[in-house]
Amino acid sequence: MVEATTFTPYISAFGGALIGLSAVLLMWSVGRIAGISGIVAGAALDRGEERNWRLLFLLGLFIGAGATAALSGALDDIQPLVSTPVLVAAGVLVGVGTSMGSGCTSGHGVCGISRFSWRSIVATCLFMLSGFVTVFVMRHVLGEGL
Amino acid sequence: MKNIVIVLAGALFGAGIAISGMANPAKVQNFLDLFGVWDPSLAFVMGAALIVATPAYFFVFKAGKPKFAERFHLPERKDIDRKLVAGAVLFGMGWGLSGLCPAPALVAILSGIGHFVVFALAMLAGMILQRQFMSR
Repeated sequence: MVEATTFTPYISAFGGALIGLSAVLLMWSVGRIAGISGIVAGAALDRGEERNWRLLFLLGLFIGAGATAALSGALDDIQPLVSTPVLVAAGVLVGVGTSMGSGCTSGHGVCGISRFSWRSIVATCLFMLSGFVTVFVMRHVLGEGL
Repeated sequence: MKNIVIVLAGALFGAGIAISGMANPAKVQNFLDLFGVWDPSLAFVMGAALIVATPAYFFVFKAGKPKFAERFHLPERKDIDRKLVAGAVLFGMGWGLSGLCPAPALVAILSGIGHFVVFALAMLAGMILQRQFMSR
Protein backbone atom coordinates (compact mmCIF):
# COMPACT_ATOMS: atom_id res chain seq x y z
CA MET A 1 0.00 0.00 0.00
CA VAL A 2 2.72 2.49 0.92
CA GLU A 3 4.43 3.57 -2.26
CA ALA A 4 7.51 5.71 -2.63
CA THR A 5 7.10 9.06 -4.41
CA THR A 6 9.71 10.67 -6.63
CA PHE A 7 11.96 13.22 -4.95
CA THR A 8 11.44 16.46 -6.91
CA PRO A 9 13.85 19.08 -5.51
CA TYR A 10 13.79 21.57 -8.39
CA ILE A 11 10.10 21.64 -9.21
CA SER A 12 9.21 21.62 -5.50
CA ALA A 13 11.59 24.51 -4.81
CA PHE A 14 10.09 26.41 -7.74
CA GLY A 15 6.58 25.88 -6.36
CA GLY A 16 7.82 26.95 -2.92
CA ALA A 17 9.30 30.13 -4.38
CA LEU A 18 5.87 30.98 -5.87
CA ILE A 19 4.29 30.45 -2.44
CA GLY A 20 6.91 32.77 -0.92
CA LEU A 21 6.21 35.35 -3.62
CA SER A 22 2.48 35.11 -2.90
CA ALA A 23 3.10 35.76 0.81
CA VAL A 24 5.26 38.79 -0.02
CA LEU A 25 2.73 40.22 -2.49
CA LEU A 26 -0.11 39.91 0.03
CA MET A 27 1.92 41.60 2.80
CA TRP A 28 3.17 44.36 0.46
CA SER A 29 -0.31 45.11 -0.91
CA VAL A 30 -2.78 44.76 1.98
CA GLY A 31 -0.54 43.95 4.96
CA ARG A 32 -1.98 40.48 5.49
CA ILE A 33 -0.46 37.12 6.34
CA ALA A 34 -0.96 34.44 3.68
CA GLY A 35 -2.07 31.83 6.21
CA ILE A 36 -4.55 29.53 4.54
CA SER A 37 -6.20 28.16 7.71
CA GLY A 38 -6.96 31.69 8.93
CA ILE A 39 -8.10 32.76 5.48
CA VAL A 40 -10.52 29.81 5.19
CA ALA A 41 -11.92 30.29 8.71
CA GLY A 42 -12.24 34.06 8.17
CA ALA A 43 -13.89 33.61 4.78
CA ALA A 44 -16.51 31.44 6.49
CA LEU A 45 -17.03 33.37 9.72
CA ASP A 46 -15.98 37.01 9.28
CA ARG A 47 -18.07 39.73 7.68
CA GLY A 48 -17.48 42.76 5.47
CA GLU A 49 -13.97 43.80 4.49
CA GLU A 50 -12.42 41.11 6.73
CA ARG A 51 -14.23 38.49 4.71
CA ASN A 52 -13.89 40.06 1.23
CA TRP A 53 -10.11 39.96 0.82
CA ARG A 54 -10.08 36.36 2.02
CA LEU A 55 -12.69 35.32 -0.54
CA LEU A 56 -10.72 37.08 -3.29
CA PHE A 57 -7.52 35.30 -2.25
CA LEU A 58 -9.30 31.92 -2.25
CA LEU A 59 -10.79 32.68 -5.68
CA GLY A 60 -7.26 33.31 -6.95
CA LEU A 61 -5.98 30.17 -5.24
CA PHE A 62 -8.52 27.99 -7.04
CA ILE A 63 -7.85 29.73 -10.38
CA GLY A 64 -4.06 29.41 -10.03
CA ALA A 65 -4.17 25.81 -8.88
CA GLY A 66 -6.79 24.83 -11.45
CA ALA A 67 -4.93 26.40 -14.36
CA THR A 68 -1.61 24.91 -13.26
CA ALA A 69 -3.08 21.46 -12.72
CA ALA A 70 -4.76 21.57 -16.13
CA LEU A 71 -1.38 22.26 -17.73
CA SER A 72 0.81 20.02 -15.60
CA GLY A 73 -1.52 17.18 -14.69
CA ALA A 74 -0.65 17.70 -11.01
CA LEU A 75 -4.02 16.40 -9.85
CA ASP A 76 -4.41 13.59 -12.36
CA ASP A 77 -3.46 10.70 -10.14
CA ILE A 78 -3.85 11.89 -6.57
CA GLN A 79 -5.69 9.59 -4.21
CA PRO A 80 -7.03 9.78 -0.65
CA LEU A 81 -4.71 7.71 1.56
CA VAL A 82 -7.09 6.58 4.28
CA SER A 83 -10.69 5.41 4.70
CA THR A 84 -13.47 8.00 4.89
CA PRO A 85 -13.93 7.84 8.69
CA VAL A 86 -10.19 8.40 9.23
CA LEU A 87 -10.25 11.18 6.64
CA VAL A 88 -13.11 12.91 8.49
CA ALA A 89 -11.29 12.58 11.83
CA ALA A 90 -8.12 13.96 10.25
CA GLY A 91 -10.05 16.86 8.72
CA VAL A 92 -11.54 17.78 12.10
CA LEU A 93 -8.08 17.54 13.72
CA VAL A 94 -6.61 19.84 11.05
CA GLY A 95 -9.50 22.29 11.42
CA VAL A 96 -9.55 22.39 15.23
CA GLY A 97 -5.75 22.28 15.48
CA THR A 98 -4.99 25.10 13.06
CA SER A 99 -7.71 27.26 14.54
CA MET A 100 -6.60 26.61 18.14
CA GLY A 101 -2.93 26.98 17.25
CA SER A 102 -3.53 30.12 15.13
CA GLY A 103 -2.01 28.80 11.92
CA CYS A 104 -0.83 26.06 9.63
CA THR A 105 2.06 25.27 7.30
CA SER A 106 1.63 28.57 5.46
CA GLY A 107 0.80 31.02 8.25
CA HIS A 108 3.31 29.66 10.78
CA GLY A 109 5.68 27.69 8.55
CA VAL A 110 6.25 30.28 5.83
CA CYS A 111 4.93 33.71 6.91
CA GLY A 112 5.69 33.39 10.63
CA ILE A 113 9.20 32.02 10.32
CA SER A 114 9.99 34.66 7.65
CA ARG A 115 9.34 37.40 10.18
CA PHE A 116 11.15 35.53 12.95
CA SER A 117 8.04 34.96 15.06
CA TRP A 118 8.97 32.81 18.02
CA ARG A 119 5.41 31.44 18.33
CA SER A 120 5.50 30.35 14.68
CA ILE A 121 8.89 28.68 15.03
CA VAL A 122 7.64 26.70 18.04
CA ALA A 123 4.34 25.81 16.31
CA THR A 124 6.12 24.66 13.13
CA CYS A 125 8.54 22.44 15.07
CA LEU A 126 5.60 20.97 17.01
CA PHE A 127 3.31 20.18 14.08
CA MET A 128 6.23 18.71 12.15
CA LEU A 129 7.19 16.55 15.12
CA SER A 130 3.57 15.55 15.65
CA GLY A 131 3.28 14.65 11.95
CA PHE A 132 6.49 12.58 12.06
CA VAL A 133 5.29 10.67 15.13
CA THR A 134 1.79 10.15 13.70
CA VAL A 135 3.10 8.71 10.43
CA PHE A 136 5.65 6.60 12.28
CA VAL A 137 2.95 5.08 14.49
CA MET A 138 0.61 4.66 11.53
CA ARG A 139 3.06 2.98 9.19
CA HIS A 140 5.61 1.30 11.42
CA VAL A 141 3.71 0.46 14.62
CA LEU A 142 0.10 -0.14 13.54
CA GLY A 143 1.07 -1.21 10.04
CA GLU A 144 -1.53 -1.12 7.29
CA GLY A 145 -4.46 -1.31 9.70
CA LEU A 146 -5.67 2.19 8.86
CA MET B 1 -6.23 47.38 -8.44
CA LYS B 2 -6.11 46.22 -4.84
CA ASN B 3 -8.55 43.38 -5.52
CA ILE B 4 -6.63 42.28 -8.60
CA VAL B 5 -3.42 42.05 -6.58
CA ILE B 6 -5.16 39.94 -3.90
CA VAL B 7 -6.49 37.53 -6.55
CA LEU B 8 -3.03 37.42 -8.14
CA ALA B 9 -1.43 36.58 -4.77
CA GLY B 10 -3.96 33.77 -4.36
CA ALA B 11 -3.23 32.51 -7.87
CA LEU B 12 0.51 32.43 -7.20
CA PHE B 13 -0.16 30.46 -4.01
CA GLY B 14 -2.42 27.97 -5.80
CA ALA B 15 0.04 27.55 -8.66
CA GLY B 16 2.84 27.01 -6.13
CA ILE B 17 0.93 24.24 -4.36
CA ALA B 18 0.08 22.50 -7.64
CA ILE B 19 3.58 22.82 -9.16
CA SER B 20 5.41 21.77 -6.00
CA GLY B 21 3.58 18.45 -5.86
CA MET B 22 2.12 19.23 -2.43
CA ALA B 23 -1.45 18.66 -3.63
CA ASN B 24 -0.54 14.97 -3.68
CA PRO B 25 -1.15 13.64 -0.14
CA ALA B 26 1.16 10.67 -0.78
CA LYS B 27 4.09 13.05 -1.29
CA VAL B 28 3.32 14.92 1.93
CA GLN B 29 2.82 11.76 3.98
CA ASN B 30 6.05 10.34 2.59
CA PHE B 31 7.85 13.51 3.72
CA LEU B 32 6.63 12.71 7.22
CA ASP B 33 7.80 9.09 6.94
CA LEU B 34 11.39 9.70 8.03
CA PHE B 35 12.05 6.04 8.72
CA GLY B 36 10.30 4.69 5.64
CA VAL B 37 9.96 5.86 2.04
CA TRP B 38 11.12 9.40 2.93
CA ASP B 39 10.56 12.01 0.20
CA PRO B 40 12.30 15.27 1.24
CA SER B 41 10.53 17.37 -1.44
CA LEU B 42 8.37 19.28 1.07
CA ALA B 43 11.50 20.63 2.76
CA PHE B 44 12.47 22.19 -0.57
CA VAL B 45 9.04 23.80 -0.87
CA MET B 46 9.31 25.39 2.57
CA GLY B 47 12.98 26.23 2.16
CA ALA B 48 12.46 28.05 -1.12
CA ALA B 49 9.40 29.88 0.23
CA LEU B 50 11.47 31.06 3.21
CA ILE B 51 14.41 32.09 1.03
CA VAL B 52 12.07 34.30 -1.00
CA ALA B 53 9.89 35.62 1.82
CA THR B 54 12.45 36.34 4.55
CA PRO B 55 14.51 39.06 2.77
CA ALA B 56 11.47 40.42 0.89
CA TYR B 57 9.43 40.76 4.10
CA PHE B 58 12.31 42.77 5.56
CA PHE B 59 11.98 45.38 2.81
CA VAL B 60 8.17 45.29 2.87
CA PHE B 61 8.12 46.05 6.61
CA LYS B 62 10.81 48.71 6.21
CA ALA B 63 8.40 50.65 3.97
CA GLY B 64 6.27 51.30 7.09
CA LYS B 65 2.85 50.53 5.64
CA PRO B 66 1.32 48.38 2.91
CA LYS B 67 0.47 49.80 -0.51
CA PHE B 68 -3.33 49.49 -0.26
CA ALA B 69 -3.95 49.43 3.51
CA GLU B 70 -3.36 51.64 6.54
CA ARG B 71 -1.24 49.16 8.46
CA PHE B 72 0.20 45.67 8.59
CA HIS B 73 -2.10 43.18 10.31
CA LEU B 74 0.29 41.10 12.39
CA PRO B 75 -0.36 38.89 15.43
CA GLU B 76 0.58 40.72 18.60
CA ARG B 77 0.98 37.78 20.94
CA LYS B 78 4.52 36.74 21.77
CA ASP B 79 3.99 34.11 24.48
CA ILE B 80 3.93 30.36 23.96
CA ASP B 81 0.58 29.37 25.45
CA ARG B 82 -1.11 26.02 25.91
CA LYS B 83 -3.46 26.58 22.96
CA LEU B 84 -0.60 27.17 20.53
CA VAL B 85 1.10 23.97 21.65
CA ALA B 86 -2.05 21.81 21.74
CA GLY B 87 -3.29 23.21 18.44
CA ALA B 88 -0.01 22.53 16.65
CA VAL B 89 0.11 18.95 17.99
CA LEU B 90 -3.51 18.23 16.94
CA PHE B 91 -2.91 19.76 13.52
CA GLY B 92 0.20 17.60 13.06
CA MET B 93 -1.80 14.48 13.86
CA GLY B 94 -4.45 15.26 11.25
CA TRP B 95 -1.77 16.27 8.74
CA GLY B 96 0.08 13.01 9.22
CA LEU B 97 -3.05 10.84 9.05
CA SER B 98 -4.28 12.39 5.81
CA GLY B 99 -1.24 13.94 4.14
CA LEU B 100 -3.30 17.13 3.84
CA CYS B 101 -2.88 20.58 5.33
CA PRO B 102 -5.32 23.43 4.61
CA ALA B 103 -4.02 24.78 1.27
CA PRO B 104 -3.43 21.41 -0.43
CA ALA B 105 -6.78 20.25 0.99
CA LEU B 106 -8.49 23.02 -0.98
CA VAL B 107 -6.48 22.35 -4.13
CA ALA B 108 -7.19 18.60 -3.95
CA ILE B 109 -10.93 19.33 -4.26
CA LEU B 110 -10.24 20.33 -7.88
CA SER B 111 -9.38 16.69 -8.65
CA GLY B 112 -13.11 16.02 -8.49
CA ILE B 113 -12.64 13.19 -5.99
CA GLY B 114 -15.43 13.30 -3.43
CA HIS B 115 -13.23 12.19 -0.51
CA PHE B 116 -11.33 15.46 -0.70
CA VAL B 117 -14.58 17.44 -0.48
CA VAL B 118 -15.44 15.43 2.63
CA PHE B 119 -12.02 16.23 4.13
CA ALA B 120 -12.37 19.94 3.38
CA LEU B 121 -15.86 20.05 4.94
CA ALA B 122 -14.61 18.23 8.06
CA MET B 123 -11.72 20.72 8.27
CA LEU B 124 -14.10 23.66 7.91
CA ALA B 125 -16.39 22.17 10.55
CA GLY B 126 -13.39 21.81 12.89
CA MET B 127 -12.41 25.44 12.35
CA ILE B 128 -15.94 26.71 12.97
CA LEU B 129 -16.36 24.46 16.01
CA GLN B 130 -13.12 25.74 17.50
CA ARG B 131 -13.75 29.41 16.76
CA GLN B 132 -17.38 29.43 17.90
CA PHE B 133 -17.30 27.14 20.91
CA MET B 134 -13.77 26.47 22.11
CA SER B 135 -12.12 29.88 21.95
CA ARG B 136 -11.47 31.67 25.23
